[in-house]
Amino acid sequence: MNPEFEQLYQALSKVDGYIYPNEIELSWSILIVLYPFITGLVAGAFILASLERVFNVKSLKPTYVIALLTSFAFLLVATMPLIFHLGQPLRAWEIMITPHLTSAMAIFGFVYLWYLMIVLVLEIWFDYRYDLVIWARAATGLKKWLYIALSLGSDDTSAKSVKLDQKLGYIVTVIGIPSAFLLHGYVGFIFGSIKANPWWSTVMMPIIFLFSAMVSGIALVMVLFIVINHIRKQKIDMLCLDTIAKYLFYIIIIDFTMESLDQIHRFYEAEESFEIISLLISGHLNFTLLIMQIGIGMLLPLFTLGFLQFYKPKETLRKNIYLVTGILVLIGIFFMRWNVVIGGQLFSKSFLGFTSFKLSLIGPEGFLMASIWLIVPFFILAFLLWLFPPWKKTPAEH
Amino acid sequence: MTEKKTSLSRRNFFKNAGIAAGTLVAVSTLPAFDAVLVAAVKRNTKGPWYGIAIDIEKCIGCGTCAKTCKIENNVPQEPFFFRSWVEQYTIKKDGTLKVVSPNGGIDGFTQSIPAEEIEKTFFVPKMCNHCYKSPCIQVCPVGATYETDEGIVLVDEKYCIGCKYCIQACPYGCRYFHPEKHVVDKCTLCFHRIKKGLNPACMDNCPTKARISGDLNDPESAISKFIRTKNVYVLKPHLNTGSKLYYNALNQEVR
Amino acid sequence: MPLHLKRLFMTGVVFVSLFFLLKHALTPDSFGQYGHYRGNSMAEIAALPVHYTGNSSCVSCHDTIITMKSESYHSDLSCEGCHGAAYKHIASPKTEKLMKPDSREFCGKCHSINLARPEKAIVQVNIKDHHPEKNCIKCHNPHQP
Repeated sequence: MNPEFEQLYQALSKVDGYIYPNEIELSWSILIVLYPFITGLVAGAFILASLERVFNVKSLKPTYVIALLTSFAFLLVATMPLIFHLGQPLRAWEIMITPHLTSAMAIFGFVYLWYLMIVLVLEIWFDYRYDLVIWARAATGLKKWLYIALSLGSDDTSAKSVKLDQKLGYIVTVIGIPSAFLLHGYVGFIFGSIKANPWWSTVMMPIIFLFSAMVSGIALVMVLFIVINHIRKQKIDMLCLDTIAKYLFYIIIIDFTMESLDQIHRFYEAEESFEIISLLISGHLNFTLLIMQIGIGMLLPLFTLGFLQFYKPKETLRKNIYLVTGILVLIGIFFMRWNVVIGGQLFSKSFLGFTSFKLSLIGPEGFLMASIWLIVPFFILAFLLWLFPPWKKTPAEH
Repeated sequence: MTEKKTSLSRRNFFKNAGIAAGTLVAVSTLPAFDAVLVAAVKRNTKGPWYGIAIDIEKCIGCGTCAKTCKIENNVPQEPFFFRSWVEQYTIKKDGTLKVVSPNGGIDGFTQSIPAEEIEKTFFVPKMCNHCYKSPCIQVCPVGATYETDEGIVLVDEKYCIGCKYCIQACPYGCRYFHPEKHVVDKCTLCFHRIKKGLNPACMDNCPTKARISGDLNDPESAISKFIRTKNVYVLKPHLNTGSKLYYNALNQEVR
Repeated sequence: MPLHLKRLFMTGVVFVSLFFLLKHALTPDSFGQYGHYRGNSMAEIAALPVHYTGNSSCVSCHDTIITMKSESYHSDLSCEGCHGAAYKHIASPKTEKLMKPDSREFCGKCHSINLARPEKAIVQVNIKDHHPEKNCIKCHNPHQP
């Protein structure tokens, strides 16, 4: 028997209640959970960088370049889970060539490529151009040619050009802020606009996705900042770290409020789908939602960071608390994506039953495949930090 | 000096916020605007406009429709892929509802609930509703699914990228992912038969003629008479899908 | 304008032109003919083979039995509904034969008692009790029930 069908027969035996016959298999699996998670990190890291640049938050300066490079590293990987999940991955280009403009997913082609990629690439380029010229002069071999190519053969180190670079970079950043909102807002809209699915269909969905993206992005930059400084054996800028943690705290509050509002509203109105959704939350999702997403991923960090606003323990302890909290937040946001994507497909659109989901270890949509897409961006980031070391830049005045 | 600086940064803030907000609003209207257009789609009044009518009072739950559909359209025989299926509803005297569809009804049905507990029970055949304000067409990112001028919703298997967004968007569970072709598949109202002047396979082979399809624009067609003379309902009308599958005697409990 | 900005601009122009070239080259010919889809798709779907050929394709050879059936309770039934799709049989009638269902379960699919079956839609019998020792067609001619 086809092994694919074996799994389906098993799922058939585990059906609880009634589901439409075509609903046995979940169409969107862990790769689709990964996509909003990764783009969330992209958007969040970018917004943190923009905070520093546009709103002149001086204390965040040490993280500016790291945030940009992190955003870029994850952006390069972001489409991969999507392409690998497609039934016909070799036709993926069709989204760029004939996008259907009524589809939120088609907008992805534009937001991803034309907007955020260009904004991010330009912003990094304008920030690094001067340094690329300097490094090109000092380097040898392949690295030299790489720097020359990336600086487009520029040899201009005049102060006037640097000032122009900074001005243009600033303009690009301002233009780029909506792109970060759009990139993740549209992902939320992809789910929020599906009237057939009451777990997804809510006005709050793009906003919840956006704020949870900011939470995850800020948490990631915070964690990376600590880790990178540890690897480089540098003394960490505690003011910067405290500031990041403060912003993380504020955004978690907003995110938590939004998500709670959505659920309270749902429970209060108790529409047709209320019963099946209650069963979903108390049953299939009780571990991933109540314990992991809310308990460990949101409430625990919320109270920890809140407590730290009033009482700040010693530096080392504080740093470690931030590290653990950041990781917990990232795990929590991952589970938030899980609960939305997988949770929304576990119950039948007849509202009369549930199917089941089993994550396989191997296979095109297995745990190992998903892990690869989570790990690769860190390798890319390491490469970027080697090629464009932020600590070797000539300090620029933004 | 500091005052000028703060008012400058405040001005900057508002300028930036304004740009951001303006762009957001402007661009956010793009997909939504098209969606409004979809909802306002006018039905075709010239030429054939296909609809489907199913009479619950005639359906005996033999499953022949589901069986012939699979054979006519080369749908995989496994119980996970259906273009058309039959459901059995049983409303018990205590108010609880039980719905079953073993292998889509292809092998027939048995009744496991004792007769004395049953308040009401009936069969409901299901298939693609060929909606004319279809949410599945709305969400396809590449234009691989579409509605023909005659009102039949089709999937272009050479163009579908298999993103499965349409499967998520269909409120009736009509679409499935074909395990061999690796694209999305669904009922085509036997487009290949209609174009040759034949009826859809499920309708030709229904022993009680419980399902018919035809031209909604022709007032003398069987389906137009069906809609005129019977109390017809569509599934999930609150979703405003423009469903063209009209049921006679549909019970409110039907999902 | 500094040299590197001119080069940046040119790089941008090159990429955008490349994109539009690719878009033009890769869009299928019939795309957009009738709407946002490949126009040729309809013809491709319409060309799919028919498997159930219909009663009219059976009459030319099996007219006696069909006439008999047309004056019975089973007059509205399609031949293929019980005998299966006829396209192979029509193509080579001598070598490809259709099935002749004769089991009690087969008749029971329509006729066995089920409360969900409307009584006025079909006559129903309890197939467990009603002569369980023989096949239905021993007494009931399926073409003249």
